[in-house]
Amino acid sequence: MNGEPIVRWDWVARNWANGSPSAISALLGGHVVMAFLPVVLGLAVALPLGLACVRWPRLYQPTAALMNVTYSLPSLVLFSIFLSVTGLTQATVVIPLTFFALAVLIPAVVDGLTSVPEHVRQSAVAMGFRPVRRLLLVELPVAVPVVLAGLRVATVSSISLVSLGALIGQGGLGNLFIDGWQRQFPTPIVVGISLVLLLAVASDGVLVLAQRLLTPWSRARRSA
Amino acid sequence: MITFEGVTKRYRDGTVAVDDLDLEVPTGAITVFVGPSGCGKTTSLRMINRMLDPTSGRITLDGRDVREIDPPTLRRGMGYVIQQAGLFPHRKIVDNVATVPYLLGWDRKRARARAMELLERVGLDPKLAGRYPFQLSGGQQQRVGVARALAADPPVLLMDEPFSAVDPVVRTSLQDELLRLQAELRKTIVFVTHDIDEAIKLGDTVAVLRVGGRLAQVAGPATLLAEPADEFVRGFLGRDRGIRRLSFISAKEVRLGPVPPDLVLDEDGRPLGWRSGGGLAPYGTFDPETDSLRAALDAALLAPNGMAIAVDGEGRARGVAGRDALDELFAAYAGGASGPRADGDAERADA
Repeated sequence: MNGEPIVRWDWVARNWANGSPSAISALLGGHVVMAFLPVVLGLAVALPLGLACVRWPRLYQPTAALMNVTYSLPSLVLFSIFLSVTGLTQATVVIPLTFFALAVLIPAVVDGLTSVPEHVRQSAVAMGFRPVRRLLLVELPVAVPVVLAGLRVATVSSISLVSLGALIGQGGLGNLFIDGWQRQFPTPIVVGISLVLLLAVASDGVLVLAQRLLTPWSRARRSA
Repeated sequence: MITFEGVTKRYRDGTVAVDDLDLEVPTGAITVFVGPSGCGKTTSLRMINRMLDPTSGRITLDGRDVREIDPPTLRRGMGYVIQQAGLFPHRKIVDNVATVPYLLGWDRKRARARAMELLERVGLDPKLAGRYPFQLSGGQQQRVGVARALAADPPVLLMDEPFSAVDPVVRTSLQDELLRLQAELRKTIVFVTHDIDEAIKLGDTVAVLRVGGRLAQVAGPATLLAEPADEFVRGFLGRDRGIRRLSFISAKEVRLGPVPPDLVLDEDGRPLGWRSGGGLAPYGTFDPETDSLRAALDAALLAPNGMAIAVDGEGRARGVAGRDALDELFAAYAGGASGPRADGDAERADA
């Protein structure tokens, strides 16, 4: 680092969108896909599984235990397990991250549904709601703030974990870190970290906005 | 009419919540279930709309066993109000009120119009319609709860300690509001409370239950006060039963004497006080048309000369009643004899 600037903007400009798969914009795109897909898949699985855990509480302890064990495994271990199945593809990153998302989202769905006050549930029953309609029109909407809080944690942690995929060549922006380390060249590292941070902050912002739009009744309750 | 026929509810752990209950809940009147906690009053209420089913015995609604009716259908025909109002936090007030009409498939416009009409009917500002439940006070939420229960105009209203969580002033106004609404609507209301004064104020019939889910006594409030069936009911009713019973006897029959010259009146004929030495002594008034004997006695006790002043609707003195005149009526209605009922509502007093 012989007096060079931390960021060489000419390098950024040359590598932003040069058509190669290692262009910064391509890595950003890959990062977004590999970070969000696990959250979307995780939510799709966590909703029915969380509902089942609330309906049959005996399921919850073993499910939560399994998810916690998964969560405690270093992500590298999971990557190498799936490496033998799915090879050097995005799936090797997406599948383990889906498990990590589940570990956050299942408790969020369960907590959300159990946060519905008993008198609200009872009065829905007494008004003559049938079970499915009660779930869709009363219980899930009331659970939304808690589920969204879990979704924020899952999204941000997913965005940061994708970088580790660089170790198998599928790390999105994480590839820039490896590139920078190997060449003792700080620019890609700084660019990579900045973009990951920006992505995390922007995604969280979108979710906060979604929460305000979806649950005006809960935002107002907090400020009251 | 709702009838309980030998209804018993035993929970899985062996607790008997309701024990062989036989009871009739007449159509168009308020029946109050009252008793200490653990007496099975809420359990009994929840068996009516099948939130719970009895272990044995049956409950009929207009002759039909409620267990023959699909629970959601049954419930949509019975308004339900609970202690914390149970409003849906994510729905605006107007949509909370329109819940049952929506469930019944009314279109949005008609359901909301109906909801607005009901908000007004329970004494709420229509401006509250667009707010969320947390933005309302406890008393307002409870009014919304009542409006929601009435939205689809169900013939039956089930109320489970609806006014227990609000302060006494608000509770009194909610009770008065319920009586006013009931005078118009004539619903079949089952009202659960642990507060005997509330039971006596609201009930056309009061069913007193004891711990273990056994019925102790069923009677009109005046009879209950005069003739409690046993020590438990007597104890539960508390003190001053004789005085409280006077609330149920109209002051219409009080024999009035002419207004004496020592009562000072203003130019419209409204009393100002009793002439006493150089000044005016305190006085008390009652309106024989709407007040009870209790109010008349109270008015007599306020004046040093023991005279209660009878006034008309405008507050003008019509006559006076001394303690001797009140005594005649106390004697006539002593014990269980029931007089014309007084509660400010002529129709009820005549009933």
